[in-house]
Parts: sequence; structure tokens; C-alpha cells
Amino acid sequence: MLTRKLSPSQQLRLLKVVTFIGLSIPLAVLLVQWALLLTGSSKAGLGANPVDATIRQTGIWSLRILLLTLAITPFVKITGWKIPIGIRRMCGLFTFTYALVHLLMYFGLDLDLSLSDLWTEILKRWYITLGMASLTLMTPLAITSTSGWIKRLGSKVWKRIHKAVYILTPLALAHFTLILKGHQIEPWIYSSIFALLMLARLIPGRSPAKKKAERVAPGQFA
Amino acid sequence: MLIKNLPEWHLPEREATSESLFVSRRQWLAGAVAAGLVPAAMPFAPALAATPDLPRLKAAKSRYVVKEDVTSYEDITSYNNFYEFGTDKGDPARYAGSLKARPWTITVEGLVNKPKRFDVDALIRTMPLEERTYRFRCVEAWSMVVPWVGFPLSALLKEVEPTANAKYVQFVTLADPKQMPGLRYQVVNWPYVEGLRLDEAMHPLTLMTVGLYGRILPNQNGAPIRLIVPWKYGFKNIKSIVAIRLTDRQPKTAWNELQPSEYGFYSNVNPDVDHPRWSQKKERRIGEFLRRPTLPFNGYADQVAGLYKGMDLRKYI
Repeated sequence: MLTRKLSPSQQLRLLKVVTFIGLSIPLAVLLVQWALLLTGSSKAGLGANPVDATIRQTGIWSLRILLLTLAITPFVKITGWKIPIGIRRMCGLFTFTYALVHLLMYFGLDLDLSLSDLWTEILKRWYITLGMASLTLMTPLAITSTSGWIKRLGSKVWKRIHKAVYILTPLALAHFTLILKGHQIEPWIYSSIFALLMLARLIPGRSPAKKKAERVAPGQFA
Repeated sequence: MLIKNLPEWHLPEREATSESLFVSRRQWLAGAVAAGLVPAAMPFAPALAATPDLPRLKAAKSRYVVKEDVTSYEDITSYNNFYEFGTDKGDPARYAGSLKARPWTITVEGLVNKPKRFDVDALIRTMPLEERTYRFRCVEAWSMVVPWVGFPLSALLKEVEPTANAKYVQFVTLADPKQMPGLRYQVVNWPYVEGLRLDEAMHPLTLMTVGLYGRILPNQNGAPIRLIVPWKYGFKNIKSIVAIRLTDRQPKTAWNELQPSEYGFYSNVNPDVDHPRWSQKKERRIGEFLRRPTLPFNGYADQVAGLYKGMDLRKYI
């Protein structure tokens, strides 16, 4: 692997750059498509229903990046390559960003910025309730993602807060399942991946000493 | 490109009204596939939006034309729910090239005096074709305005003479796994079935549809013949019909069978009755950004509300 020639900090920096660029691409593509659409181009590539397509794209990418974020710990465990832990925060924040854009598109272009409509929909429609719950749970995780907050909260409290990811993910999966008509396979594929990632966390091999060594330190995610 | 061996009902270009259609290279190829001129052997036959080269239809102008902006040909032929070809909105345009729309027959049978197997080209030749521009409203809360070409279903039913016992009409879609890759997923039970009450079927608005924008239907829009009942949600507008049966009992319909709490037999467009999982008060007209209010019976209340007098439409969804 090329990365063996690089120092750990160089590996992390490279991985961060690659990850940042990679995870930005779907959003960048959407921005370009909307620019084309709004300047009257007929080749924007968003199809006949661009609002719906955008809501779907931002939603599905948020879910994919969420699963990527959850895949990091098992990946590190299995490969022994610790560097990817350093991109976990970035992945989590991208998850949140896509989810936020997803909500803003829905609120702005589906509900036409009506707060009362939004509140009605949250209360009446199960898939919105679950989606909003997922995003709401994600918010403190996004806010406390910084080194400053890790320091302020201390590693134990921080970790407890971030365990909420294990609740918000099934909520997001349920949200996805409930919006589709009929028996469709896509949500089940993502749910299976989530189940596998959870099972992977049960892989033995983490002694208390190892756990202590791996405890989150403020500078670890810089 | 030249199409030889045109059907005898084909309308020559010089007699056609002008239109502006969006054409692209992939649409050209798709049309060639749809017209049977290029083999659609590959699973990914590029059967995208049909081309202006699809044979034109001779049709009379009708008074059933809504005065609203018509949705573009490209949008109508690239944004489809036709799960037999995949569940993505773009899948039917991508994969429906494998549908063999000719030769095609519809069997009309059941409680009729004169059951018959009709060839679709014979129907196009003999039935009174009209151009009708209808609103189309999907249950997913998006809508279009579509210039269809078709003939009243009542004209077809009169030929087979429903008996006095006939109360309902059932429709069946083709379900050939060799032509339809989406059939391997049981999104609903295949074959896709739909139904109408006999008076709904005989209503002047109910259209056996064979064309779109003056030309025969592209595969992804339900070639070669489909049902259009504009006051009902889109899924009742069954596509690629192979059989019609007159019955005395309410026939099962695909979505109602799957989820009766969400999809009723009648499925009249009704802003006051929400889908259990989403609101039906508003819809997104394809081509517009902001949503618009949904109209009772999709704006056809004057013509059809009488069919449901005395029925609680919250109960009979």
C-alpha cells in the first residue's frame, strides 16, 4: 500500500483530503445541476421532478455516508489500520450536512417554508416524525463533534452522547422504508448493511487495557 | 430516418399539426427500438423517450381539453411509474425497450354476449380516435397535463355487449418476465390488475388510450394500449392491457390487494382524504417548482361527482 511510505500524520492528511473531496461530490453535482436548471438549461440532469430528485439524492447520500461512518470502527478493528478513525468526525459531519440540506429542500420547496405545515406533517406523517427524530438526535452529535467539546464534556460523557447514532440510524432506515410504495428492496439492503456493521462491533478482541488506550483524547480528531 | 411498412392508419407528416418536440440521439435510438426496427435483445436496450418517428395517429379534435400548460413530451416519457420495468422513475424509459408492443391483442370476455379478441391495430383503424388533453394525478402527489389519443372505452364495450349481470370491468396488464425485468421483484402481485365499476367504465371521459402527442404510445407509457380515467389516481390508469373482463363482483386491484388501508378500489382524487402516510392536499405539477392545491376528482367533479352520489368518499377511498 502506498500509505506505508507515509508517516501516520501524512496518511491521515491524505485520507482526509480524499474523503473530503469524495463526500463533497454528490453535493457539488447537485449544486451544478441546480445552477443549470435555474439558468434555463434543458440538460440539468435532474429529470422531470428536480425537487423530488434532490430530496431523494440528499437523503440517500446522508444514509450512505452514515453507514460509512459506522463502518469505520469495524474497519479499523479488522484491518488494524488506525488512521481512518481520524476521518470519522468528517464523515459524521457530512452525514449531518446532507441530512440538513435534505430537510431544507423539503421544508423550502415541498412545504414552501410553512412552519405550521411542517409541524402538522411532523405530527401526522410517521415517516416525517421518524426522519425529524433522526435529524434531531443527530444535531447534538454534530455540535459536540469538535475537540473543544470533547474536552469540555470529557471522554465518557461524550461517548455516551454519541451512542445516539445507534438510535438515529434505525430511525433513518424506518423513515426511508415508510416513504416507498409496495415491497421494495432498497431499504432492506441498507438495513442489512447496518445489521452487519452492528454485528461487526461484537467481534471480540478488545481487552480493558486496549479500551483504555483507545479512549478518546481531545487531540485525536484534529 | 425512414420507416417502411407503415400501418395503414398512419397519418402522413404533411397532414399533421405542427408540434415542438425535444429530440435527442438516445431518443432516436429508443424510438427505433420501440418501432421494432432495431432488436431489443439486450437487457439494457436504450428505450428512452420515444421519438417523433413513432407513427402518427389520425384523430379528431375533442372538446375534452383542459386549458392548462401541457407537460413536455420529454417529461411525460421519462418520468414514469411502471414497476414491471423497475421502480426508479427513469427505469421504464431505460428498460421498456424490451416490451414487444406489436403484434398485440386484447381479449374482452366475461359477462358479455360477444366476447372477442381484438387486434390493437384494428382498433386504431376502426375506433373513433380523439385527441384529449387530460390532467393526470399520481397518488404520490405529482401531476401532469397529457395530450392523449384514444377512443372511449364505452365504444369497445358496446361491441361486446355486456350482459345485464355485468357490474364491473377488470383489466389485466401483460406480465411476461422475458420482456419485463422488474417482474422478478414482487413489488405488487403480478400481473398488474385494475378495475372499474361499469358506470365508471361507460363514462364518456374513460379513454382507451393508444397515443400521446399525436403518435402511438411509447413503451414506457403503457404501449400499445392503456386505460385513462383522469379523475382517479394514476395507478388506476392501467398500462399495456392484454385482457378486459366483465364481472358481477368487484375485481381485485393490485395496490388495493397489497395495502387496502392506503389504496382503495375507487381511488378518486380527493384532497380531503389523505393517504395514510402523506397529505393529498397539494401536488407538484411536473415543470413547476412550488406545489399547487389538488382539486376534487382532479378537476373533473362536474362530470363525475354524480357517479358517487350518496357514497361516503372517506370510506370508499
